[in-house]
Order: sequence, then structure tokens, then C-alpha cells
Amino acid sequence: MATGYPTDDGALEAPAPERLVWMYTQMYRIREFEERVKSTFTAHPGVIRGHTHLADGAEGSIVGSIAALAPGDQILTSYRCHGYPIALGTDTKAMMAEIYGRSTGLCGGLGGSMHLFDPARGFLGGSGIVAQHLPHAAGAAWAAQIRGAGQAVVCFFGDGASKQGAFHESLNIASLWKLPVVYVMENNHYQASTRSDQEDANAAAGEPLAVKATAYSMVGITVDGTDPVAVHATVAAALARARAGEGPTLVESLVYRLSAHGNLIAPPGVPLHYPEHEAVAIFGNQAEYEAALRGDPVPRFRHRLVTDGVLDALDADALEATVREEIDEAERFALESPLPAPDSGLAYVYA
Amino acid sequence: MAHVIPYIAAIQEAIREEMERDERVLYFGQNMATSPDDPFLKQFGPARVRVTPISETAEIGMATGAAMAGFRPVVELYMAEFLLVAADQVVNEGSRFHFMSKGAVTVPMVLVAGYGFTYGWAGQHTGSIYGMFMGVPGLRVAMPSTPADAKGLMTTAIRDDNPVLFFHHYLLALTEGEVPDGEYAVPFGVADVKRSGSDVTVVATGNTVHSALAAAETLAERGVSAEVIDPRTIAPLDVDTILGSVARTGHLVVVDQATRHASAAAVIAAEVAQKGFSSLQAPISLVTALDSSIAYAEPVESFVLPDEHKIVAAVGETLGLAPLPG
Ligand SMILES: Cc1ncc(C[n+]2csc(CCOP(=O)(O)OP(=O)(O)O)c2C)c(N)n1
Ligand SMILES: [Mg+2]
Repeated sequence: MATGYPTDDGALEAPAPERLVWMYTQMYRIREFEERVKSTFTAHPGVIRGHTHLADGAEGSIVGSIAALAPGDQILTSYRCHGYPIALGTDTKAMMAEIYGRSTGLCGGLGGSMHLFDPARGFLGGSGIVAQHLPHAAGAAWAAQIRGAGQAVVCFFGDGASKQGAFHESLNIASLWKLPVVYVMENNHYQASTRSDQEDANAAAGEPLAVKATAYSMVGITVDGTDPVAVHATVAAALARARAGEGPTLVESLVYRLSAHGNLIAPPGVPLHYPEHEAVAIFGNQAEYEAALRGDPVPRFRHRLVTDGVLDALDADALEATVREEIDEAERFALESPLPAPDSGLAYVYA
Repeated sequence: MAHVIPYIAAIQEAIREEMERDERVLYFGQNMATSPDDPFLKQFGPARVRVTPISETAEIGMATGAAMAGFRPVVELYMAEFLLVAADQVVNEGSRFHFMSKGAVTVPMVLVAGYGFTYGWAGQHTGSIYGMFMGVPGLRVAMPSTPADAKGLMTTAIRDDNPVLFFHHYLLALTEGEVPDGEYAVPFGVADVKRSGSDVTVVATGNTVHSALAAAETLAERGVSAEVIDPRTIAPLDVDTILGSVARTGHLVVVDQATRHASAAAVIAAEVAQKGFSSLQAPISLVTALDSSIAYAEPVESFVLPDEHKIVAAVGETLGLAPLPG
């Protein structure tokens, strides 16, 4: 489904078989990592504090997008930020240690789950305030435009974020200045416990959210975010336009998050856990949730690669086993790592 | 008669009772009233109770507009930081209109915002940002520390004809306490003496009131009598009650979860330094957060925060006591 201007994604090459296997591996790594994060709430109560958001269901969208990047490109994300750095090659041990608040964490335990950063790999960070990183992405894209080396920026955010002024201000200026940025909206149909059609005028009118791009005279496309190959093609085409000076694109990537918005929000004394998905817990819509589970993009992509003869089932088992070992190791490393020194934050208040 | 309920339920009780008394009261915000089972939606209907998009500028701006048009909106913001994306609407619109119109316009709205979630919520969700609003003319700032005050201050907030920022402390959400049945209003600008004492005055707000009370208990075991005062609203600020206490104790320790230079504590200290200087037998002591963002990891988080032990130590220092263990 396309809105706004037509795209030229037909001109792009589909990923080679090894690349498809790489994509599946990354999707599986993200899923296993986050399953481990989730199980930590029960296996090791109290180890994860605050608020943690999982990307289960969005792995295809994340990996399809990241697969389209070129060296030197940069990304920015919301608080739902574990998947992207995994695909970019950030060490999962350092990531798990960050989520467990350890001194060996990616950010020394100062940031936590919502605020991962890995600028060396092009990840400029996860922001906890909805949509406020969209202007940062425009700024990073402006920097890329000034550098003139053909680099671009991809900005990931949720459907809910498109209700913020920062979304509209950023799209307008990005389009006006023809900034090399791709705005990837992961539309999981919910913002926390509110359904899209309860808060979005386009959704309520039965239109895709990608139509918002039309208001800013930029390309808006809706893609099946559970299909990493489709996402790759769409984001690669958008990046090609961005690098060619043709300006930004709004990609609406349709996904369904398979866990609740985040873990329980509770003051001290109440054990944290992952509640039921809002579709069930708030709206009593078991059927919707079960349909989403049946469409789980991770096993679906595996099945597709095996059916297409791209990946041998035994090889798939083997790569999955290797990933599980990696995540076991990440968990062990994080659990065994020390907590940071109490005064370790003070050195970082100012540069 | 009274009943025992959690702090967060006391806030809801006041909103519900005011909505029953006054049909001009509206209640809206994100992620509330999304299902037909929502108790507010059921009782008051979809015209007065609404879920909004994630659009703080519009939410607070619409509250301002509806208030000018005769309603009394209550905006549920959840975390205090979220209103920062609408900072103009909070500090430079509705709060100015009564003045600029020479009294022709009033903006009776309440912004309900939780703060201080120093329980692993890290850099962007743990702020204690109330201090930055106490100097905005036209704004009122309430920050209850008990369920009873939460109910009473919310009732007053809804009845007040000015924009009110109602800051509730996230760590207190489930703390239970006695709350008066039925209509209950706590006036703005009237501090509450949470514990009487004669040796030192400890002023604290929100969750730090409880740290101060715990410290007072420890100090009592050591023969020190601490008076704990909770201003309850920092705009208006009841300086007189604090001055009266300092006149008797001669010593002042001010506790605040905010960073030192953004704290209400600094303003309270300045007021007492100017108006109560002759009562003071020792310098005023401030126990605030260190000037740092809040970290995710527990040891780094608690290191920068005020706590019972830091209050005990500050009182000891102010009174010139030998350092006490623990
Ligand atoms: C400005 C602001 N308002 C409210 C919140 C609270 N909040 C955190 S996540 C969230 C839902 C966002 O939904 P969406 O953009 O669809 O992203 P998703 O969580 O579905 O990935 C809300 C309301 C916030 N963090 N920032
Ligand atoms: Mg969403």
C-alpha cells in the first residue's frame, strides 16, 4: 500500500541469500535477548528497575531497516530501543549489563533500558520523552547534508509519537530542507493502553497514518513491518532518495507488539512483571491478540527461508542454538558484573 | 469520620467528589478512560471524561481555553516531565491571562503530575521539577505528602480560580493513610506541622517529609527534638509558619528532592535568611539532591538523593553536635 508519491523500490535489488540469513539471525537475536530481559523479572526479581519496553513483534521492521543502512549512517530511537543496537553489532553483554544496571553496562548503568547509546556504531540514543528525538534526527541529517558524504539518518518512533508537535515540526523542516532522513513509524496500533483509532484522526477515518506525509509534501509509504524483506526494500528506496538529495520519507511500518507496553509501573514494594497485552487486559479482545501471535514475524521468516531453500532447517537450529548461548553468556556476564560505584555519575554531569 | 486509602486513591476521590458537586469540572488526559468500564467514564460520561492523544501542548492549551470558556478542567499528565513539552502553555499562557486582562479572564485549571520516581526510572522520568514553577506569577503549586493532604489539596485546586500544578510524589502512590469522608478542603498557603519539636526546624516537601519524620524519630532517641513542617503548597508559600518555628528553635534544615539550585529549599532558606535572621543561631542547612541527573542503577541513584541519614547529619551539624554514628 502506498500513499503520497510512488516509489522506485522496484529498482532495488533484493537481499542475497546470505543477507537473508543474516537478517533472520538478527531477528532471532533480538527476540532471544528480549525474552531473556522479560524472564529476568521472574528469574531475578529486582534486578531490572524502572520501565522496560520490548520490541517483540517488530523484529522484522527493525532488522529490515537496519539492513538498509550504509556505513556512516546514523539512527535515533524511542525508549523501545533494544533491537536496533543488537542488529548494529553492539555487544549484547554490555547491553544486558546496562539493563541490569551494572558498571560494565553500555552506559555504566547510568542510562538503563530506555537510554541505550552506541555512537561508535551510529546509534545516537534512545529518548524517553515521546517524539522528542524526531528533531534530533533532523539535526543529525542536517549535519550529514553539510558533510556531503552521502550519509543519512533513520529515526524510529511509534504511532503515538505522531500526535506530538515535534513530529509535525520535524517533518516540515526535513521536507523543506530536503534533509537526508527516513522517519520510520512503527505503527503497533497502540500507544500504551490507547488504541490508534481512539487518538489518531487518520486512523479513526480508516486511513493509513502515512498520509500525514502528504501535509509536508514528502513521500509517505505504508509497509508490512512483519516482513523484513519488504521493509528493507522500502527503507532502502527511501535512503536512496535521501542520499540523492530528494528529501525525507515517512515509512509507516505496520507491526503488532506481542508484549504489554512495558512492565508494570509500581512504587517500591510491588514486584515488577509484564502484564497481559492491553488488547486483552483493557479491551477484552483475545481474538486480536491471538491473531497477532499467529503472525509472529520471527518464526514466520524462518519458515519462509526454509521453505524457499535459503536456509536449511538444521542450519537454522544450529544458528538459534548459537544465539541462545550468546544470550546465556550476556545474562551471566550481566549478573556477575558489579554495580557501579555510588559516585560514578558525577563525572558525567558536564562534558 | 475517616477512611484509610492510598495516596493515589485520595487524589481520585477528590476529583470524583468535585465532579459530582460541580458539573463544570472536566477530567481528561492520555491513557485514561479508554474502555467503557472506566469508573469515571461510567459515572460522568464521555463529554466530561476523555482520553486524549499524546499531545501535551494541545491538552494543556485546551484546558486553558475551556477554563476561559467557563469550565474547570483537570488534566491528567502522569509524569511531570511530560508537561515540559508544553512549557509555554504552563508558564506563559494561562498563568498570565488574569493579569494581562486586568482580571477580566480567569483560568481555573488543574494539571495533575507525578514526580520524583527515583526507583530506576533514570534520567528523563525522575525529575523533581516543581521548583521551576514556584516563581511563575499566577501559578499555584501544590505538593501533598499524605493521602489526607492529597484529597484536601486537590479539592482546593479544583475550586481555585487560577491554574494549579498539582504535583504528587510517585514513591508515595500506594502509601495508605486516613482521609476524611466527604467534602474536605485543605487551604493553599497553610503549612502543616507534621511533628512538633523545640531544637530544630526541618522543612520538607513530598516524599522527603517522610524522610524528615524518620530522621526526627532517630534524633529523638538521641535527645534532639525536631519540628517537621510541610508547606504543602510552595506557591503560595507559608513563610510565617516556618518563621514562627525558627523563632522558637533557632535552627533550620530544609530538605528537598530537587537539585540544590532548582529547589524550593533554596527559596525557603532565602526567605528565612532575610526575615528570620535574628532568630538563627547557626547557618541554615540545605539537604537537597546533588546537582546531577538521576542514574538508572540504584547505588548511583540513591547517592545523589537526600535521605534520612543525610538529614540527621545536617541537623547534627547545625546544632553543633559531635558526629553521630549512622
Ligand atoms: C511527551 C510524553 N508524553 C507521554 C509519555 C508517556 N508515554 C511513554 S510511551 C507512551 C506511548 C507511546 O506510544 P507510541 O508512540 O505508539 O510508541 P510505542 O510505545 O507503541 O512503541 C506514552 C504515552 C512520554 N514518555 N512522553
Ligand atoms: Mg504504538
